Amino acid sequence: MADIATFERGIHPRYHKELASGKPITQASLPQRIVVPVSQHIGAPAKPEVNIGDEVKKGQLIGSATGFVSSPIHSSISGKVIAIADFPTSAGKMVQSIVIEGDGKDEAVEFKENPDYMSLSSDEIRNIIKDAGIVGMGGAAFPTNVKLSPPKEKPVDTVIINGAECEPYLTADHRLMVERSKEVIEGLKIIMKSLGVKEGHIGIEENKPDAIEAMRFAVSGGSNIKVWPLEIKYPQGAEKMLIKAIKDREVPCKGLPMDVGVVVQNVGTAVAVYEAVRFGKPLIERVVTVTGKGVNEPKNMMVRIGTLMSEVIEQCGGLVEGAVKVISGGPMMGFAQWTLDVPVVKGTSGILVLTEDEYVASDDYSACIRCGSCIDVCPMGLNPSILSIYAEKGFFEDAKENGLFDCFECGSCAFVCPAKRPMVQFIRLAKSQVKP
Amino acid sequence: MIIVREEKLVEKKEHPLIVSVSPHVRGEETVSRIMWSVNLALLPVFIMSVYYFGPRAVYVTGLCVLACVLSEYAFQKWLRRKVTISDGSAFLTGLLLGMNLPPGVPFYIPLVGSVVAIIITKQLFGGLGYTIFNPALIGRAFVLISFPKLMTIWYKPTSAFVGLDATTTATPLGILKEGGLGQLLEIFGDKMHLYEKLFLGNTAGSLGETSAIALLIGAGYLFYKRYITWHIPLSFLATVGVLAWIFGGKDIETGKLIFFAGDPLIHLLSGGLILGAFFMATDYVTVPTLRKGQIIFGVGCGLITMLIRLKGGFPEGVMFAILLMNCFSPLIDRQVRTKPFGAVGEKKK
Repeated sequence: MADIATFERGIHPRYHKELASGKPITQASLPQRIVVPVSQHIGAPAKPEVNIGDEVKKGQLIGSATGFVSSPIHSSISGKVIAIADFPTSAGKMVQSIVIEGDGKDEAVEFKENPDYMSLSSDEIRNIIKDAGIVGMGGAAFPTNVKLSPPKEKPVDTVIINGAECEPYLTADHRLMVERSKEVIEGLKIIMKSLGVKEGHIGIEENKPDAIEAMRFAVSGGSNIKVWPLEIKYPQGAEKMLIKAIKDREVPCKGLPMDVGVVVQNVGTAVAVYEAVRFGKPLIERVVTVTGKGVNEPKNMMVRIGTLMSEVIEQCGGLVEGAVKVISGGPMMGFAQWTLDVPVVKGTSGILVLTEDEYVASDDYSACIRCGSCIDVCPMGLNPSILSIYAEKGFFEDAKENGLFDCFECGSCAFVCPAKRPMVQFIRLAKSQVKP
Repeated sequence: MIIVREEKLVEKKEHPLIVSVSPHVRGEETVSRIMWSVNLALLPVFIMSVYYFGPRAVYVTGLCVLACVLSEYAFQKWLRRKVTISDGSAFLTGLLLGMNLPPGVPFYIPLVGSVVAIIITKQLFGGLGYTIFNPALIGRAFVLISFPKLMTIWYKPTSAFVGLDATTTATPLGILKEGGLGQLLEIFGDKMHLYEKLFLGNTAGSLGETSAIALLIGAGYLFYKRYITWHIPLSFLATVGVLAWIFGGKDIETGKLIFFAGDPLIHLLSGGLILGAFFMATDYVTVPTLRKGQIIFGVGCGLITMLIRLKGGFPEGVMFAILLMNCFSPLIDRQVRTKPFGAVGEKKK
């Protein structure tokens, strides 16, 4: 156990990674049409820079960032803008989106290459990352350049690449680490360079031995980057838990990783950073795990941003009979979809299809029996039981005083609850009713 | 922003998809699985009660279980609520109540106890999850106070599955209270014999409280399934043991208190302590949820138990100890808090 790091508490769901973990990343076919929402990230939405009827090329800027915490968007195919209107997104909202009808030529704009990328300055790297529209690809989609611009009073000394991939079913990061380990390392080195940091870490859950091996091989040669096998435990990949496991530092309540001198980036983000800085390629495609018993051929696919989920699922043999739930992301924190005609966005790590027998109804719950299971698993050391009871009874202020806003909705409490209480729903309800 | 819904742009397909809040997978644990497991854990205890007290054990326990389940069913039907008898909690209340009654009680005692337990203590407070007091113990306390005579007639256990021995006797704790250790040893021979009989359950007492070995097997199963933790049972037992050692010693001749001369084992093995500590003081609903609070709860139970055993009017105090501490559970939970991740904000470098 000497070298296996972890955090306190957490849960052990069934991982089901075997459905897709052995499937090499394949290129999805060129989509006929893409729908690119202007808001795929945390922060201000991008402002459309094209009009209906405009011809665009692959990699062309179609929406520009509108502030510091914002991110531009690019077209992932060549074709013609046919609509700029509100369309449903995988987060369940209607968002202004730019619809591009492909011309089938897949013509790209010229990308500015930087063979000597390690000699770029911090600012140059940050600008390239910002202009490439790179955001955190683990799901939260926070603009990466903002994370790389810590204020002076918060010196950063460590960069951690998050390869935990603790969400069950998902294997996108796993495949990237196995197949493109060198690029992950180069991405990490670029991030370290932009932050002026000497210490790099990569945390990988132990259930990906091939990824650990590949990454260890990629860093070999006496670099200052260390690969950490992590205990297989959810939510090991949550930023705060990962930092605790690897650096034994606790991010303070309401704080950010940079408060303890750490920046965490996802594996996919590291690859995107490398591609942007080395080849000038904006973030126009990403690896998506299409998996679950509800899909005929689980796959890991390189999918262009804006491709409709229905089209992606089609390429994986379609849904099986009895598929009842389609989730964008993983089963613990992903969003259930009401329509498949939503686009894959920068933060879409997976498309998970559950069948009837995997689906657990959450509408039939009973009173809390105060067994304390949720307290035993809450990675944030909260008392989810009392939070859910306060929310249920409308005592939202009391919930706030019991650490409501420290909860990041990992769902561990709901997972273990024997009364099948919709804990996350209660907590979100309370969060919506009081100010942080 | 112009809102133009171009319905035709995105082809509409009808998917009957279920939408709900994450997480989309759940663990396998359910309330009824827990409750039925606790019932199962009481099986060895029930078998031992039948072994020692014969068909009476089946009769009394059966009445309790039946009356508890039926009153829950009737009450929920009457209020047009969802009937929850299949979750095993009413069954468990009945089983626990039965285990807490003397073998010779007339039929109406189990019935009254069950109705008080289920209707008054459980359902009137809102059902499973909302009770303040342990239903089975309130049921028992009610019949103990209402029928003090009938509830304190104890029978000598007989050998294997025969039936009730007509001989009545006092419980070991009763003898200890009235006649002291000297008399207890006179009856049981020597200490080793006493321990042995207490451990196996071959003493007078409530149906399910006498056999320490059967109770420990059941408790072991609950530990193995992680349905209970050590916090309450251990702090409860340890407090009783320490107090029995400090204050339980008496000079056999004069009856004067001798400090640090008590026999903890007699107190630990006799009465309803083991049944109470592992099966009643661990009832999720009526005890504190946080581990630290559970230790306070256990210590409190131990203190009250020994106060009653050594100074009170009753020979046994486990039931009142747990019920009194049940009152404090909400208060304890309010005072004890978890330590949130990052709360201190300490930076370890």
